[in-house]
Amino acid sequence: MGEFTIKMPDVGEGVAEAELVEWHVKPGDPVREDMVLAAVMTDKATVEIPSPVTGTVLWLGAEIGDTVAVKAPLVRIEVAGEGGELTATAMPETVTIETVEEQSPVAKVESPPLESKKAIQAAPVTRGEVQTPAEKPLASPAVRLRAQESGIDLRQVPGTGPAGRITHDDLDQFLARGTQLSVMPAGLARKTAVEEIRVTGLRRRISEKMVLATSRIPHITYVEEIDVTDLEDLRATMNGSRKSDQTKLTILPFLMRALVKTVAEQPGVNATFDDDAGIITRHGAVHIGIATQTPAGLTVPVVRHAEARGIWDCAAEMVRLAEAARTGSALREELSGSTITITSLGAMGGIATTPIINHPEVAIVGVNKIMTRPVWDGSQFIPRKMMNLSSSFDHRVVDGWDAATFVQRLKVLLETPALIFIEG
Amino acid sequence: MKEIVCKLLVIGAGPGGYICAIRAGQLGVDTVIVEAVKAGGTCLNIGCIPSKALIHAAEEFDRVIHMAGAKSPLGISIEAPKLDLAQTVAWKDGIVGRLNSGVLGLLRKAKVKIVHGKATFRDGKTVEVETETGTQVIRAETVVIATGSEPVELPSLPFGGPVISSTEALSLKVVPKKLIIVGGGYIGLELGTAFAKMGSEVTVVEATQQLLPQYDAELVRPVTKRLGELGVRVLTGAKAKALSDGGLALLIETADGEEQRLPADRILVTVGRKPRTEGWGLEELDLDRTGKFLRIDDRCRTSMRGVHAIGDITGEPMLAHRAMAQGEMVAEIVAGKKRVWDKRCIPAVCFTDPEIVTAGFSPDEARAQGFEIRVGLFPLTANGRAMTMLSEDGFVRVVARADTNLVLGVQAVGAGVSELSSTFALAIEMGARLEDIAATIHAHPTRSEGFQEAALKALGHALHI
Repeated sequence: MGEFTIKMPDVGEGVAEAELVEWHVKPGDPVREDMVLAAVMTDKATVEIPSPVTGTVLWLGAEIGDTVAVKAPLVRIEVAGEGGELTATAMPETVTIETVEEQSPVAKVESPPLESKKAIQAAPVTRGEVQTPAEKPLASPAVRLRAQESGIDLRQVPGTGPAGRITHDDLDQFLARGTQLSVMPAGLARKTAVEEIRVTGLRRRISEKMVLATSRIPHITYVEEIDVTDLEDLRATMNGSRKSDQTKLTILPFLMRALVKTVAEQPGVNATFDDDAGIITRHGAVHIGIATQTPAGLTVPVVRHAEARGIWDCAAEMVRLAEAARTGSALREELSGSTITITSLGAMGGIATTPIINHPEVAIVGVNKIMTRPVWDGSQFIPRKMMNLSSSFDHRVVDGWDAATFVQRLKVLLETPALIFIEG
Repeated sequence: MKEIVCKLLVIGAGPGGYICAIRAGQLGVDTVIVEAVKAGGTCLNIGCIPSKALIHAAEEFDRVIHMAGAKSPLGISIEAPKLDLAQTVAWKDGIVGRLNSGVLGLLRKAKVKIVHGKATFRDGKTVEVETETGTQVIRAETVVIATGSEPVELPSLPFGGPVISSTEALSLKVVPKKLIIVGGGYIGLELGTAFAKMGSEVTVVEATQQLLPQYDAELVRPVTKRLGELGVRVLTGAKAKALSDGGLALLIETADGEEQRLPADRILVTVGRKPRTEGWGLEELDLDRTGKFLRIDDRCRTSMRGVHAIGDITGEPMLAHRAMAQGEMVAEIVAGKKRVWDKRCIPAVCFTDPEIVTAGFSPDEARAQGFEIRVGLFPLTANGRAMTMLSEDGFVRVVARADTNLVLGVQAVGAGVSELSSTFALAIEMGARLEDIAATIHAHPTRSEGFQEAALKALGHALHI
């Protein structure tokens, strides 16, 4: 019998270390070649580490939440033949966004005590989407199909059938309740419970990135109000005559096209800043990050080459990526490489935001809610659709004057939307 | 030439491609399908269907041959039977022809446009098809690559002359006197068994230590035993080297490292299949790969937007029913439905004698996944129907989680057990527990009772053993 030490692989993106977010094995477990040993997190995505050998797990080199350096020992496996050292191969094809699985109190109470032992143990831990076939939610094909069509993640649905099987009735009840599980109102009773939630996985990554951005980048935020009445009219007309296979336009595709035009004139804004090396990289490509809320937290899928996309294509790609991000199926390359970012909290209301720059970019444009406000036209108040743009810039490399010029140019394009479509 | 513009273009009308096109057509998607050879692909033309026809004919012949000379325990005796392989092959071709035109009819009924010719990619959304009437350009919003697979050739034994692939084996006009099969996988053994029953002297040369290496030894044992009864010579751990004597013999290296010369009329090479990734412009697309296969996600999307891939070109298991399920799913995705690959098992059948069927995890696979399991095995020697049909070899085996009794896998080996594959798959897809199987009335007398008995055995109270 020999022993193999499996080392942390280079998971790409030039990173030297990655956070361990999940173990799929424990000491004593038999493993086969290609079986997933662990999942590690890189830039907002998890990467699975498969076993390069068949044997029995002897030792695990880290705990969940630990940061493991590339080439550091990760797992030791006892094998039948001679042992040695191996660096595992990362599996980018199974990249997923982490989804936090909430333990269902209903499932726990209603399940017979012996059942779903693995599931109950695993439930509070964050884990990747890929599971072994037998660990998929237990439901008949017809129930699974209905769930897919309704956009429901069956892992969130408590099953009342044998072995925790999810029935049509369970699905009906879940649909009726929404995603809230049946928790009775607690009345006015005192609550003394405290809950400690370990910040791991995507939340930790977001946290680190926000700290990095705010501690290193001196932000200047510039807020301007834009009259989008004409843009809204145009948008309504275009949506009214869109083809059946075209995605409905929101204001964001217009903003994306306006950004493309604006950064062509001001390339210093579509840039990334490596402050360690003291190099600003201006990008010809306009890869627009779209800050997107997912069940797991904030992610930024990237519409690549917006400069080469028409407005309908921008809209379609944005919708596709948002869906991929929300369902956890976005690829790593779809979640990285942006050169400028748009953030939108418009749907929630609010008059202004202070967007945090998506490091190492130098600019972010934030969209606020469109509101009909009275505007003085010189002789009377008239109702106009007004929207504030809140844009932040890296003040080390973008001067206030340039920031204002950039936003004013965007304002002109958005207020006279025909200009967005005029070539040259 | 006028271009064809469509919403969906399917390249390859094998089981994956034609199902995809039919379903898309049913859903009102403007669909074009391109096929270079014949509708139905490998499965229908040179694979599943013709091989099963030949296997059946061989079984029938074997049955009657054992009645000749009043040897049958059933008390039936007949005069010396004869086999006219040319007529058998013509009958097989008739079935293939009927199914072939059936597929074309179904495609037409679904309003799918069929273009006959070889497709070559110009870019991710445009292909050129060399048709009999010239080059046809087709542009599509979405493309589905379903180009299938082809037999692997051994460099030392290229196809031609006495060296044949399964395609030629299915169209032989005369039963070879001495047939050597290189490769003891399911294709080689299915055909080898059939030819042995038709009168060939068959030798199987397998490089690994076990026939049917993808199955566990317990499942393979009845097949090996039957091969022995049929007079098939099995050489495991042996490597085919080259032809000798002007093609009249095969040189092999045995497990002991000795060189041997095996005389042969035909040498059937069945050492596996490879995805068909060359000759149609795939290099223009530069799609991501997983090994030699195209990399797809759980919606059969490749690394290029709007380009899907299904079937053998996407990986193992290379089975027609996997391709069909993928094809149906992709058609629905193209039609705008939310679909994702969420199958729990892909059953697999090996049409040897006896047949092997598997669905879900074997005991070893389940353990390797970290499950504590219980296993129930019911031998067909204790099954009334098997006895009445003179085919008692084999068993049904069920694998379940020890904590919940959830069925994780079912395997069987025995005559006619291929027909149980759907029951096994249904049990796993439905999330059945051992109690569900045990409490379902299984018709008597059938071999399917073996499934119920195996579940009862796993629960600790088998009734018939």
